[in-house]
Amino acid sequence: MATKLKFNSYPRVVQSLIDSAVMIKRSSTHIIRNTDQLLGTFFQPIMFLVLFAAVFGGAIEASLPAGVSYLNFLMAGIIVQTVAFGSTTTAIAVCNDLQKGIIDRFRSLPMSNIAVLNGHVISDLFRNSISTVVMILAGLVIGFRSSANVVDWLMIAGILLLFTFAISWLAAVVGVVAKSVESVQWLTFIIIFPLTFASSAFVPTEGMTPVLKAFAENQPITHVVEAVRALILGTPIENYGWLAVAWSLGILAVAIPLATYLYSRKSA
Amino acid sequence: MGAGKLAIEVENLTKSYGKTEVLKGVSFKVERGTMLALLGPNGAGKTTTVRILSTLLSRDGGKVTVEGFDTAKDADKVRSVIGLTGQSAAVDELLTGRENLVMMGRLYRLTRQSAKKRANELLADFDLLTSADRPAKTYSGGMRRRLDLAVSLIAAPPIIFLDEPTTGLDPRSRIAMWEIIRKLMKGGTTILLTTQYLEEADQLADNIVLIDGGKVAAEGTAKQLKNQMGSDRLELVFSNKKPYRAAKNALTGMQLNENEAQLTLVVPVDNPNDDVRAVLEKLNAAKASVDSLALHKPTLDDVFLSITSKQGKGVE
Repeated sequence: MATKLKFNSYPRVVQSLIDSAVMIKRSSTHIIRNTDQLLGTFFQPIMFLVLFAAVFGGAIEASLPAGVSYLNFLMAGIIVQTVAFGSTTTAIAVCNDLQKGIIDRFRSLPMSNIAVLNGHVISDLFRNSISTVVMILAGLVIGFRSSANVVDWLMIAGILLLFTFAISWLAAVVGVVAKSVESVQWLTFIIIFPLTFASSAFVPTEGMTPVLKAFAENQPITHVVEAVRALILGTPIENYGWLAVAWSLGILAVAIPLATYLYSRKSA
Repeated sequence: MGAGKLAIEVENLTKSYGKTEVLKGVSFKVERGTMLALLGPNGAGKTTTVRILSTLLSRDGGKVTVEGFDTAKDADKVRSVIGLTGQSAAVDELLTGRENLVMMGRLYRLTRQSAKKRANELLADFDLLTSADRPAKTYSGGMRRRLDLAVSLIAAPPIIFLDEPTTGLDPRSRIAMWEIIRKLMKGGTTILLTTQYLEEADQLADNIVLIDGGKVAAEGTAKQLKNQMGSDRLELVFSNKKPYRAAKNALTGMQLNENEAQLTLVVPVDNPNDDVRAVLEKLNAAKASVDSLALHKPTLDDVFLSITSKQGKGVE
């Protein structure tokens, strides 16, 4: 009690930004200190990339447009798949917080409600960005080549960041709703797995049955994959760029208020 | 801040979970700079009361103010004047002790420098300086509780809620925690403590509110509560059933507390000098020889057991 304490007296908005910054720092520290998960972040995408390229490459290359290697085709798909599966981490982190006493602590503080979720979602954006870069570098090592210029890469980064942000908020909803970390795992799995595999992430949609094809061609993962792929391969992007952005914004418009609402109601 | 001398005011507070009534009209007041112990068995409604006071839970009815602020309408104002230490140590396990303190300080609106300085001070005060930069998951149970309490003090709030702060601690850590709590009281902090341990309430609190089954069963200072129990008790232990039964017959008419399994009789005595002699004379006449005897002053345990056993079981 010796020293005189100094309090900030910023406007509410500024203060809630500080709250979010504090929570982002917290969640990022979690990511760095959770060594097992961090290793998974790096090695799982590389493993997927190498395995898919090696196992499916030969069989699928025949059905690709002439001159397109499967590795170059796969890159967009594997990046989006990694980001989508990576959102599980957000859901687990949110769920973990809610299971522990620390959430009562946060709730009893004069802090902004959304900051806890913001912390997890935004720190996951960093983590996903790092693993995406690692994957692209690994791809370059095993023969991935792209004709994309700097502007194309910036567009790719923009589309992916927005999509990652959206799907992490969706995962935050799952994290708030789920009753345990185990149920987070299967909940995200049954949402993400069909969406990524029934898409153009790994194979062209042409060979799919009509029903599956109709689904695959009209869902967010395919649209994001197609946009990124067009930019990587230098083919026409058609409407996929706008569709990818629209899906992400649409998901955000639902997921942010829903997650925040459910979070503030939980345990009350 | 208004509200005169009162730091906490609870009036006719009610709360139900579904059809289960957890609080059935609880009222109490806590004056600034004093400590109130909410004492009660498991499921009496202690934690529910603290959760409502610390804005974690909404109430169904009644009035609840903290430093004059309504916990429902002015939740943010309430939050900036309270610190909460819950039953489970609410610290971030992956962050170090110091990081925990600074983080919470920032969320309490402290400036960065102030948060860091204050964290250092508390780490020293709570004997955590040597482990300050290790992740909290490596801490022992006692250290974790100390960190948890330190965290709730980071912004030096005028009111602290301690929800069973020593449950599960070994005796040495418990006594260390009591010392810390006493220091806080000396510093003028208003404290609301919940506990199942009568000794804890007896040792620390200015006033005690005994709640059971969602109602206030008794209140007052430890001394007042003990006085409510009235007389001292004479405990007689016998070596076998024969003298036990003879004594029981000889003492009929007195308010005996019998325990045949343990061969013990307890007799209330108002005036030790005369009453003990009278009892012994009766035993002598009945040839009931006593193995051992002891005179007990009433304890809070007696108050607690006599009140809570009347009311039956509560709900969590």
